Parts: sequence; C-alpha cells; structure tokens
Amino acid sequence: MSIANRRRRELRAAILLIAPFVIVFAVFFLYPTYKVVALSFTNAPLIGEGDWVGLANYTKLLSDKLFFTSLWNNLYFVLLTVIPTTVIALLIALTVSKLRGRMQALALTLFFLPYVLPVSVVTMIWSWMLDFQFGVLQPLIMAVTGKAVPVFKNPHWVMPMIAVVTIWWTNGFNVLLLIAGLRNISPDLYEAAALDGATPWQRFWRITWPLLWPVTALVLTLQLILQLKLFDQVYLLSNGGPFNQSYVVLMQMYREAFQLNHGGYASAIAMVLFLVIVIVSVLQFQLLRMGGRK
Amino acid sequence: MTAKHARNIAFSGIVLIAGAIWIFPLYWALTTSLRSENRIIANTGILLDELNFSAYAAVLSNSKLPMWYLNSVGTSLIITAIVLVIGMMCAYALSQLSFPGRRALYLLVVASFMVPVPALYVAQFILMSDMNLVNTWWGIILPQLIVPVVVIVYKQFFDAIPKEMREAVLLDGGGEFVLLFKLYLPLNWGITAALAIITFISAWNNFFWPFLVVTSEDMMTIPVGITQVNDNFGVAYARMMALALLAAAPVIIGYLLFQKRVTEAVMISAGVKG
Repeated sequence: MSIANRRRRELRAAILLIAPFVIVFAVFFLYPTYKVVALSFTNAPLIGEGDWVGLANYTKLLSDKLFFTSLWNNLYFVLLTVIPTTVIALLIALTVSKLRGRMQALALTLFFLPYVLPVSVVTMIWSWMLDFQFGVLQPLIMAVTGKAVPVFKNPHWVMPMIAVVTIWWTNGFNVLLLIAGLRNISPDLYEAAALDGATPWQRFWRITWPLLWPVTALVLTLQLILQLKLFDQVYLLSNGGPFNQSYVVLMQMYREAFQLNHGGYASAIAMVLFLVIVIVSVLQFQLLRMGGRK
Repeated sequence: MTAKHARNIAFSGIVLIAGAIWIFPLYWALTTSLRSENRIIANTGILLDELNFSAYAAVLSNSKLPMWYLNSVGTSLIITAIVLVIGMMCAYALSQLSFPGRRALYLLVVASFMVPVPALYVAQFILMSDMNLVNTWWGIILPQLIVPVVVIVYKQFFDAIPKEMREAVLLDGGGEFVLLFKLYLPLNWGITAALAIITFISAWNNFFWPFLVVTSEDMMTIPVGITQVNDNFGVAYARMMALALLAAAPVIIGYLLFQKRVTEAVMISAGVKG
C-alpha cells in the first residue's frame, strides 16, 4: 500500500471516528455557548425573537439590587463550604488512611456513600431531620439556642444549613481524592522522620502538608467551581428565601428565563457566572501553584 | 505490642463511630420509612424498632414512581451508551491518527471544562424547544451527551498502548475500526466499566436539566419526580422517606456493587480536571 493511499485511508477513518462526537459537541455545546453570548445582547423572551439592545442587559444588571444580593450569597456560600469541606475531608482522609484493609474500605464507604445520592433525596432527608416540629436534629438546635428553629425559613440559618447539607453530600469526593494523594506519599519519608525524632505535628507540617498540596489545591479549585454553581439545594430547600437570603445567581437566571420569560436578561446573568468561573479558576490555579512552590 | 494493638483497635473504633454518625441521615431515613406515620410523630427514639413496609407499598401504588424509574433508567442508559461510544471513537482518533485540526479539537475539548454547563441551559432549552423535544426523552438526553472528561480519559489510556500492537493488526489488514473495537477497547474494559458507572450515576442524579426540560409528570425522572410528591402526600414522613430511599436505591446498590470502579473513575476524572 502506498503512503499516500494509507494517509487517505487514515484521514477517512479519522473523520468517521470524530464525526459523531464533533456533531454532538457542536450542536449541543458550542452552538448554545454562542447562543447565550448572542442572546445576552438582545431583549428576547425565552421562546421567540428579540431585538439587539447592545449592552442594555449588562447595564441593567449593574443597577439590579437582587443580582448583587445573589452574587453576595454565592460568595457567602463559597466561604461557608470550600475551606470547611476541605478541612473536614483532610481530617477524615488522614484518619481513614491510618486504618488497614477491610476497616479502611468500610470507613471509606460510610464517608463516600452520600456523594452518590441524587440531590433531591439528600434534601428530602435533611428537611425531615431538620423539621421544625419533629426533626431529629431539633433537640440539638434547642440545646444551643434554647428553642426550635425552622432553619430553612430563618434568614440567619438558611445559608449555613444549606452549606452543612452540601458538605455532607459532596464531601466524600474530596475524601477520596485526598486519600489517593496520601497513598502517593512514600512511607520511607515518615520512617526517616521518625528516626530523626520528628513529632507527629512536625511530620504533618513538614511532609504530609507540602507533598499533599497539589491534591489539596485540586480539591479547593474543584470545590470553588462546584459551589459557585449552586442551584439545586437552594431551589429544593428554601427556594431562594426567606427575604432572598439564599437567592443565588443561577436561581435568578432560572427565574428570569423560565418564570419571567426574559431570555436575553437571563443570558446576561449566565454570562456573568461564566466569566466569574473562568476568572476565578484561572486566578486560583495561579495562586495555588505559587503556594505549592514555597 | 499488645498495648499498641489495643490502641489500634480503639482508633479504628473511633473512626467507625465517626463514620456511623456521618451516615446517620441515611439510617434515620430508613428507620423513619419503616415506622407507621402516627408513631413517627409520637417521637419514639432513634432505634430501628419497627419493620412496617406500608409506607413503601403506599408509595409504590400511589405515586408515579414506576414511570419515573422507567424514564430515569431509559434516559441514563442511553446517555451512558452514547457518551461512551462517541467519546471512545473520538479519543481513538485523537490518540492514534493524524488529521488536520487534531490539536485544535483536543484543546477545544479541554477548554470546555471551564464552561459552567448550567449557564448554557437557557440556550439549550431554546434549542430543544426549536427541535420540538421539550418534554421528551431526547430532550432530556441530548444536552447531557457532552462529557468531555470521557474523551480525555480514553485518550490517555489509548496513548499508553504500545504502537507495536497496532502495527501488527494493520499488517494483518485490519482497519481503524477493527483496531478500536478488537484491540483498544478490549484492553480497556476496566476503565470503560468505571466511566460507564460514573456517567450513569451522574445522568441518574442530574436534577437541574430534567427539571427544566420536563413539564409533565409522566416524563419526569426520579430526582425531579420525587419532589412533586410533597404536595400530594401532605404530612407523611414515612412515605417521604420510603420514596427517597426507593429513589436512591439503584445508585446506592450500584455503588456498593461496583465500589472499586466508582472510586477509580472519580479519581481518574478528577485527576484529568486538575
């Protein structure tokens, strides 16, 4: 077979092989991406044509109080989840990785299991546990505050409790990554450190922490991006309330598009989220890399 | 030695107790679902002391749960099959063949990780509506077919296969499709299984998209459908928990059966994103 012939055959095969993915990717991903950008410059309703309005949607966003409330709530939720879940996951990973064989597998199963549950199952279970009248956790809340609290209807409790539910649900993923990271640290290092008389505290800060940092950084980054996309738990637990205290950006996008029929404005909101996530992930990636180098 | 042994056992015990506390919400859901409604309100402690399956019977006969199961199983299976096949084919071309635009395609796939998918939902909904697919299985399925991580993972695994094996098949006159399905795929059943399970679980668990694209109760998937029941049941904690556990049963059982594969897939796909 000549080389030219073979080349042509290879090209034909390549086209056939990539075609299905490329078509699906173009139609259901690239085109919608373009479409959101384009829509954000129009006053289109959800279904139907709109007119070009330039930056009007974006200037409207700047004076939209609810939008800033949403952004702030997203930020608040990130503060409530990202670092706490990483710390909790690290503690769990450090202890679970000390167990052997079956014990470790069992412990890992217990901590990971919530991660595979559908979000609405998670919210149903927690709504029941935190039920104002009969919730099994209300005695605990009463012990702290002296009275039962309808947590998802209370402006101070709502975001922290959604954060607790979210951490319970997604923490297993972080535990798993951190355990994998811990397994990659050579035991020789700890033996050498023990011979030198290093305390457990020193061993953690001098060996575990720096060597685990790339994985910790990955966990932090993935969590940050994930938690910025908050919608499901809020919609199901508090529906943005009370007094918009749990209203978040995707909630506003959903309301504008699907309840108020403002396709263009909702797209502008989506664009802001899009930009925030791109900027944040690039920035954090750089920052974390610098932290790791020290 | 025995002192150390005792300390180890104590340590394991503490970790397992912590694990048991962590999983308490699921235990509590189970306990609640197995009680009669009036005992739940009477506040009868946290021990599993009753095995009353009437809540399960009520849920199965009074809700559209069987229909939602069908929708969830159907759409999740189709999503998993298509995602794996088209992802694998594309990854094979990216890994083994040279063609113009190869690098650009690869970079595009990698860059797509950064796009928050929910930001596209408005446009995807409009697209589904233009295609008359709102409230259909295909409306649920099509936008969920974008799983770039599958392409990247397969590519990495294909990259690792020695070129000599490939040359041997080519000399025997086998084409690229023979190579992919007779050599590259069989060598990667492990990762295929892992990717299949995790793709299935995330399709099964997706809430936001099916919630948007489905408007009639008959077309709902499990995670969306179970949220509609609140209103029909009124105050019925045992039935709510029975419903939640029935909805979660397939993924819980799937995870327990294929635990190793699930953890493998989670680690590999997270590694790719880093």
